[in-house]
Amino acid sequence: MSKLLKASIAALLLSSLTLPVFAEGLGLGRVASDDEIAAWDIDVRPDGMGLPQGSGTVTEGEEVFAERCAVCHGDFGEGVDRWPVLSGGQDSLTDDRPVKTIGSYWPYLSTVYDYINRAMPFGESQSLTPDEIYGITAYLLYMNDIVTDEEFELSKQNFASVRMPNEDNFFFDPRPDTPIFNADDPCMSDCKSEVTVTSRARILDVTPDAEESGSGSID
Amino acid sequence: MSDQKNRQNAGKDLPQDGSGSDSIKGTSRRSFLRAGAASSLAMGAGLLTGQKVVAAGAGDPAILELQDWNQYLGEGVDARPYGTPSPFEEQVVRRNVPWLTADPVSSVNFTPLHDLDGIITPNGLCFERHHAGIAEVDPSQHRLMIHGMVDKPLVFTMEDLKRFPRENHAYFLECAANSGMEWRGAQLNGCQFTHGMVHNVMYTGVRLSHLLAEAGVKPKGSWLLAEGADSSTMTRSIPMEKALEDCLVAFAMNGEALRPEQGYPVRLVVPGWEGNMWVKWLRRLEIGDAPWQHREETSKYTDLMADGRARRFTWVMDAKSVITNPSPQAPLMHDKGQTVLTGLAWSGRGTIARVDVSLDGGKNWHTARLDGPSLDKSLHRFYFDFNWDGQPLLLQSRAIDSTGYVQPTKSALRSVRGENSIYHNNGIQTWHVKAPGEVENVEVT
Ligand code: HEC
Repeated sequence: MSKLLKASIAALLLSSLTLPVFAEGLGLGRVASDDEIAAWDIDVRPDGMGLPQGSGTVTEGEEVFAERCAVCHGDFGEGVDRWPVLSGGQDSLTDDRPVKTIGSYWPYLSTVYDYINRAMPFGESQSLTPDEIYGITAYLLYMNDIVTDEEFELSKQNFASVRMPNEDNFFFDPRPDTPIFNADDPCMSDCKSEVTVTSRARILDVTPDAEESGSGSID
Repeated sequence: MSDQKNRQNAGKDLPQDGSGSDSIKGTSRRSFLRAGAASSLAMGAGLLTGQKVVAAGAGDPAILELQDWNQYLGEGVDARPYGTPSPFEEQVVRRNVPWLTADPVSSVNFTPLHDLDGIITPNGLCFERHHAGIAEVDPSQHRLMIHGMVDKPLVFTMEDLKRFPRENHAYFLECAANSGMEWRGAQLNGCQFTHGMVHNVMYTGVRLSHLLAEAGVKPKGSWLLAEGADSSTMTRSIPMEKALEDCLVAFAMNGEALRPEQGYPVRLVVPGWEGNMWVKWLRRLEIGDAPWQHREETSKYTDLMADGRARRFTWVMDAKSVITNPSPQAPLMHDKGQTVLTGLAWSGRGTIARVDVSLDGGKNWHTARLDGPSLDKSLHRFYFDFNWDGQPLLLQSRAIDSTGYVQPTKSALRSVRGENSIYHNNGIQTWHVKAPGEVENVEVT
């Protein structure tokens, strides 16, 4: 095969992967209108893209939080019963039992705004105004000692300037991550001299009505 | 092609392989004798072959007595317009572990893997994970919008979606937190609970790349945000490369409409990647030039390492396997003798080339027999037929995928990642079969 042909086949393969399969389009669907897009386009990014106009202070946020959130998350975000904890846990990430919260773990503030807006309060999502969400977000920054002034006001304008303490501690997936994972000829016989049981199931009866409870979480 | 060769070899190896070797030879000796017995010795054959003999007058009532269903008529065709399993299978259900989550509405239940066979999960038994309950969506009121960095923002109805060219693919869907409760050691006694956040169904849908082509992705569009219509308004960022490679927008599973708990009327299918990305009740796709860093890719679904740093965008599901029978919920109920060990293996990077099984806690390994279709990023079924001597066993399985990746031990994983990473635990599982056939979840050296 000529080099040129090979190159053009490669280019063709590449383009069929990345370019529209039906160059002309099939004529399906209809064009979305601006108000339709605006109604659904609620997402917010770390660079501030998607934030609506609005603002709220720590004190204002505290009030809304007490009314709409504290029943599950506690007055200070400490978590009631088994509902999620939203504050504290600073410097616990290397502990035996780390506490991952907005303050100790979340890399971006935009995630706080975005998530509260799309999913909270649990069971009544998308019922808060932008000002209320700015206020709650400011309150959560305060509860996590990221801001210390009760009069602090968070707004679309100063939002992107707030940095979360744990931002730099995330890195891209390096898997596969140990040499053994790539061994192409795994051992088949006499692979170890001795086999002893080191751990047994802690929960012996995991039926729906079992009384025992264990530890750990699914997320 | 090499997968196929491996599979053939796996089958060929079986008779001469490992500690299976005695037992397998035993099997063929017995079946040989049995064949002889049938032709020449009518009586006393049982004594020779090890099968029990029933004394005269003590016959099996299942044979000697007339059963209701032998004599009376059953229900007619109108009685079960949508069929359900036999009442004798009522224990085959999804189960929840209540203490795992604060509320069953944002929670998970588990596929009863120990009660299933083959590679396809029945629709009603696919594990459920939702963050705001099961959205009951009226398909006539459902829309899918594509917007952002596109030439033409578009809205599709369900009818529109079904007019694109359709494809069928069987794919496994595994929650990244499957086996997440087992990082610190053996905890839950049942493969339903240790491994049941996986299912495998045949999807019918249209290629996401076709929908994107219809809208025309702008050159800078390198990421896609997928969003659901439920009250959690679930979102995940997906790199454009993956979206164009093999993602589907699916509306059917195993030949029928998606179940509500699996995202009816339409969900995203992200083959080989963690289940959370397969957004259910899919209503919106936004094209952008950077990831959104939303809650399910920062607070959750990031893997905390022992040094306090965390991996992000841990999308692919590594090769994994588990023995489903015997297992704690499916003990060996028979006396010593011929038995069937079976299990499942899968890899987010391709097909499964081989599964090895150990009966002695990883000292010696025997290549299992893969049976049924070997499909890309789909569950694979393996069997190891052997003669159980009635003694305790420490059962393990080890999957090797088409890229050569070998399923690691749990201690190998812990030595790299520590014990707090929750997600992506694909370590080798050990079941301890005790003498009476009871099975317990354990870890070994
Ligand atoms: C009825 C109980 C309830 C109420 C009220 C509630 N939440 Fe939640 N919240 C939850 C549950 C449950 C989750 C976890 C949901 C999931 O994972 O799917 C959660 C998760 C969160 C999270 C993410 C936690 C993490 O670490 O990922 C934040 C932030 C949050 N809620 C904020 C709020 C705010 C702000 C309010 C009030 C406007 C609120 N919640 C009201 C139950 C509640």
